[in-house]
Amino acid sequence: MEPSAVETSALGRRYGRRWALARVNLQVARGERLLIAGANGSGKSTLLRVLASLLAPSIGSARVFGHDVATEPSAVRARVALLTYTPGVYEDLSARENLRAQLRLLGRDDAPEALLERVGLELRDDPVRGYSAGMRKRLSFARLLMQRPDLALLDEPYGQLDPEGFKMVDGLVAELSQAGATVIMASHMVERAGALCDRGVLIDQGQVRWEGPGPQTARAWDAAHGGGR
Amino acid sequence: MIPTRPGLVRQIVAVIHKDLLVEWRGQARLLAMGTYAVTLLLLFSFAVGPDTKTLQQHAAGYVWLALLSASTMTLTQSFRVETEAGALEALLMLPVDHRAIYFGKALANTALLVVLACLVMPVAAVLFDLSAAEGLYWLLPPIVLGAAGLAGPGTLYAALTARVAAQQLMLPLLLFPLIVPALVAAVKSTSLVLQGDPMGQMSSWLIVLASFDLIFWSLSGLLFAKVVEE
Repeated sequence: MEPSAVETSALGRRYGRRWALARVNLQVARGERLLIAGANGSGKSTLLRVLASLLAPSIGSARVFGHDVATEPSAVRARVALLTYTPGVYEDLSARENLRAQLRLLGRDDAPEALLERVGLELRDDPVRGYSAGMRKRLSFARLLMQRPDLALLDEPYGQLDPEGFKMVDGLVAELSQAGATVIMASHMVERAGALCDRGVLIDQGQVRWEGPGPQTARAWDAAHGGGR
Repeated sequence: MIPTRPGLVRQIVAVIHKDLLVEWRGQARLLAMGTYAVTLLLLFSFAVGPDTKTLQQHAAGYVWLALLSASTMTLTQSFRVETEAGALEALLMLPVDHRAIYFGKALANTALLVVLACLVMPVAAVLFDLSAAEGLYWLLPPIVLGAAGLAGPGTLYAALTARVAAQQLMLPLLLFPLIVPALVAAVKSTSLVLQGDPMGQMSSWLIVLASFDLIFWSLSGLLFAKVVEE
């Protein structure tokens, strides 16, 4: 039997004396779309970074497509792409040059223009330093699509974007899903993201407090936080 | 779908290309580095005064002190561009060999220092009256090996201090004591080219430099993954 896309067992991660994740048990099937909701500092980003193998678990284990994130980071990274709040680009290069540099590192010579058009960025040659936050976010998405991931980890995918951008994210998530990728996103836009996902989990103080169908995540959040979103 | 990874050499070439492109786009930084090195040479020249013989005797030392000081700017900058918008993290998330990142960046830093040395040497020749020196093309081996001696361990330490607030202070503190042997060998071999080498010592100093480079590039290549990962 093929291993799950993600499987964590009593996963914990601490920063100094503070536990950001505490005994998280999570299983995500291949091709599933999962929403992780939680207040600021609840552990969402830490969980995504552990799954991306950028942070090692303090206790427990996490496996991505059967590969342990702590001992097989290369195998994990070959199949995972992570979207974070930082754009992950070189400020002095243009969007096109940034993508081309990364494509070259992947040993590919496909043109980056199609990716830029897909995320709604104009084909300009000015450096990224002059881009708005929303344009940087779109470029981050282009970088993520470029990697053709089997598992896409999206940390606040709607952040910094305008309403048109929200629609773009919805479309990209559907596109990734249709291509067979597993999508895990952490978002404060619980209603919108929940409607896109098969399943949702609520995290509080590093622990999974609720798990259920994606579209019901908003209601669970309201119940847990008295309607404050 | 599991992507196939390009070979180590192709990855190194891609990192060099990317680093040099970033430096080329930030031309003001290159200009600042060159101006800084030339200003140092001018200061040394004015401090010693019009004593041509003393200037000629110490020219190699002044050139390498200027290159050493400017190298901290190059090395610091090479990781500032990686950390300012999370580019290093994005790079680590690609299935790229850590050794390719290290060797690519170290080679790009070496190339920048060689270019800087090629800009500084003519200025030094005028300021220190080196017109009588012969076979100046023999300067290339000490310059290339000396630049590699600064860039090899320097790239590792720049990565180590990249997330430290006082990187400009920490990098020289850590790096300078380590590279004293390379610096001494670079100064001596450069001086032998400029002053003449009646005893045939040049090859010995170049062997010292090459050995230093070999040891520290190998060690740094092995340690780099530990430094950039959490």
